[in-house]
Amino acid sequence: MMNIFKSNCGVAVLAAALALLPLVLPNAFYYDVAIRIAINACVVIGLNLLMGYTGQISLGHAGFFGLGAYASAILTSRFGWPPMVALAAGAVATGLLAFGVARPILKLKGHYLAMATLGLGIIISIVIINESAWTGGPDGMQVGPFGLFGFELNGEHMWYWLMAALLLLVTWFALNLIDSPAGRALQAIHGSEIAARVAGVDVTASKVRVFVLSAVLASVLGSLSAHYVGFLSPGVSGFSHSIEFVTMVVVGGMASVFGSIFGAVILTMLPQLLSTFEGWETVAFGVILMLTMIFLPKGLVPTLRLKFSKAEP
Amino acid sequence: MQSQFLQFLFSGVTVGATYALAALGFTLIYNASGVINFAQGEFIMLGGMGAVFLAQAGLPLPLAIVLAIALAALAGVLVEKLAIEPAGNAEVVTLIIITIGASLTIRGLVQVFLGTGNHALPAFSGEAPIAVLGATLLPQSLWVLGVTGIVVAALAWFFGRTRMGKAMLATAHNKLAAQLVGVNVRFILLLSFALSAALGAVGGILVAPINYTSYDAGIMLGLKGFVAATLGGLGAGMGAVVGGLLLGVVEAMTAGYVSSAYKDATPFVLILLILFFRPQGLFGKKGTDRV
Amino acid sequence: MLQVKGLSKTFGGVKAVQEVSFTIQAGTIHSVIGPNGAGKTTLLNLITGVYAPTTGEIVFNGENVAGKSPDELARRRMNRTFQNLQVCMNMSAIDNVMVGAHLRLNQGLLSAMFRRPSLRRADAACREEATQLMEFAGVGKYLKAHASQMPYGALKRMEIARALAAKPQLLLLDEPAAGLNHTETGEIDVLIRKVADSGVTVVLVEHDMKLVMNLSDHILVLDYGKKLAEGTAAEVRANPDVIAAYLGASA
Repeated sequence: MMNIFKSNCGVAVLAAALALLPLVLPNAFYYDVAIRIAINACVVIGLNLLMGYTGQISLGHAGFFGLGAYASAILTSRFGWPPMVALAAGAVATGLLAFGVARPILKLKGHYLAMATLGLGIIISIVIINESAWTGGPDGMQVGPFGLFGFELNGEHMWYWLMAALLLLVTWFALNLIDSPAGRALQAIHGSEIAARVAGVDVTASKVRVFVLSAVLASVLGSLSAHYVGFLSPGVSGFSHSIEFVTMVVVGGMASVFGSIFGAVILTMLPQLLSTFEGWETVAFGVILMLTMIFLPKGLVPTLRLKFSKAEP
Repeated sequence: MQSQFLQFLFSGVTVGATYALAALGFTLIYNASGVINFAQGEFIMLGGMGAVFLAQAGLPLPLAIVLAIALAALAGVLVEKLAIEPAGNAEVVTLIIITIGASLTIRGLVQVFLGTGNHALPAFSGEAPIAVLGATLLPQSLWVLGVTGIVVAALAWFFGRTRMGKAMLATAHNKLAAQLVGVNVRFILLLSFALSAALGAVGGILVAPINYTSYDAGIMLGLKGFVAATLGGLGAGMGAVVGGLLLGVVEAMTAGYVSSAYKDATPFVLILLILFFRPQGLFGKKGTDRV
Repeated sequence: MLQVKGLSKTFGGVKAVQEVSFTIQAGTIHSVIGPNGAGKTTLLNLITGVYAPTTGEIVFNGENVAGKSPDELARRRMNRTFQNLQVCMNMSAIDNVMVGAHLRLNQGLLSAMFRRPSLRRADAACREEATQLMEFAGVGKYLKAHASQMPYGALKRMEIARALAAKPQLLLLDEPAAGLNHTETGEIDVLIRKVADSGVTVVLVEHDMKLVMNLSDHILVLDYGKKLAEGTAAEVRANPDVIAAYLGASA
């Protein structure tokens, strides 16, 4: 049975949706939500490659996001670097850090791996808070606008098109990766590491590669997010933010690219709805996490996909 | 010099005792169900916050403390019944996320109903510091260490000498075998969660007069408790206690001699080192997988 | 093709395998049998790199491969299946089989992400091959199925298809008939013979005596981790030590 989400149709549908969306968005506020959704979706697609497809866990991904964000902020504000160069530098630095810790961390499994990634994320967060001379500490810092080759990006409309294009690109990359030998190797690692090994997959190298890839992606999005919002505070690299990303992966659907987008949509809009009820927002996240993992452990999109494929005659 | 060292040692051991209690809680639940309970920190917080608010509501302190512990134990039972049990034999990732969800729920509810302020309990026997060898020791610290010692001894007696305790250990080693000899595994699981929550709550209450407690005090305490449990070796009771005390002392020494700003990073650097070089902890055993 | 010399493996106090030596000729079907706990699976795990030997040599095509990891052995065209089925239940059947061909395909992340035409072509060819292998293994009707939907017997045969996708010279099968009923065992018998006829050297660890006696050119008998006897099916069947080990000394 042809599953429309799996083929290029899915990308085409997404492209169409992104192109047509501005027609229904009434004002700048909605554009803002859409941009934030796109930022989250890109990070979550990367995180899902690591968690859903390769079966690893990362409870510290916001750390990488924060590294990119602060790298861009510091290099542009305090050293006057061009934004694109700062973004690239942040991505490279994050990639190197991820590469450095990947091998020892990814040898671990289950809750040990969860704990190690958690620890890494929190260490990054604490460093950001403490080095206030660079980062402005708990009070945060301002970030200048983003620019490409001298052309400055201002306003929600320009950012929307940039993020829409980026989301489309990331989705396309992810779908291509999954339907390839490298992608199958990743999924095999999740299914049975020993079987993957016996088939010749270099399990450690594969895990490291996908870890670094998702870290770099988070860093790039962190940089872009910093420029877009114009202001940074250490919370972007904190444990809570990492849990938000994980929630989006898990609710939308592990091992599902479109699930990640879905998860990002739902869980980015949720705080907007509950913005005046801070405690309730936390409760809502917690309850959603538990209910989804108990009743829909595969997440929304894969569960729906299964229901629809069973319904076919 | 020596008095400064002693000062750090005292404060380290005091907070280390709380970590030890939290670590014991983690170990208990891990042994009984294989689950790492990320909500453990919230039980600690419930103890402290519960006691504070019950005392403020007019209850005499001892009663407030007992009730708070009971409430935490109830929360533990609820988490097991409503979150862990329905999940059945889910994957490790799933269970971790469920307990994270439970912790968020508990924390959020406390935030909504009890607010975000900082609170402290009155010290159990006054605040006059005691001079020891040139350093000062808070009377509360003696309470912390004393009660923790009693609790650990009680647990050792429970697991070593009582039928219920031995049944719990049996369940930890092999659930099916325990069931086959008539152990009510369901009940054991509930008991472990309740006991674990109570342990955490005791720790939270003991330390509430020294450190302020608030709705989000549980996050760090829980995580550090997990670090302590891993340090000592997940599943080793003795290890949990040693791990907790060790962590407390290392943290205090770092704060004193290296940098107080990075004090909170110590447990996480420690856990990365432990996981990289000796994942089974100080007292745990290395395992191999049968293929 | 494969020579095992003085292989031993101890786990703590347990001597799982003790000083086992034997040779396997290319193009034969070689079986390893023995009572439960004789060390058959441990021996297999030693040869296939899952465990590292305590002492001894494993010479494959002239090279000592003792202690090499499974993926290094896969590169040397040795492959295996597992007693308790190591199938990726999170993937479709055809994807499972295609994983077997991993080493022969372009594994690059970037090439994958950019959809390089050469990678797409190779992938399509691999899919064709995997389809043929599934037919060969008798699970052709599960071509469009997901691994989680397939019955146990079919999964066992799919695992063999996956191992074959790597085009191995030497294939080790760990209890391929475990958990199968009479009909399914017959199907496995036919499949193993087809595999051997296609030029692959097969080593079989098995309990099912009928299967072993039917198929094997050469049998190795283990007991308590040591080699008890070796020879053709007829020789082994008549060996009094073997009979004693299986049926008890008083038989």
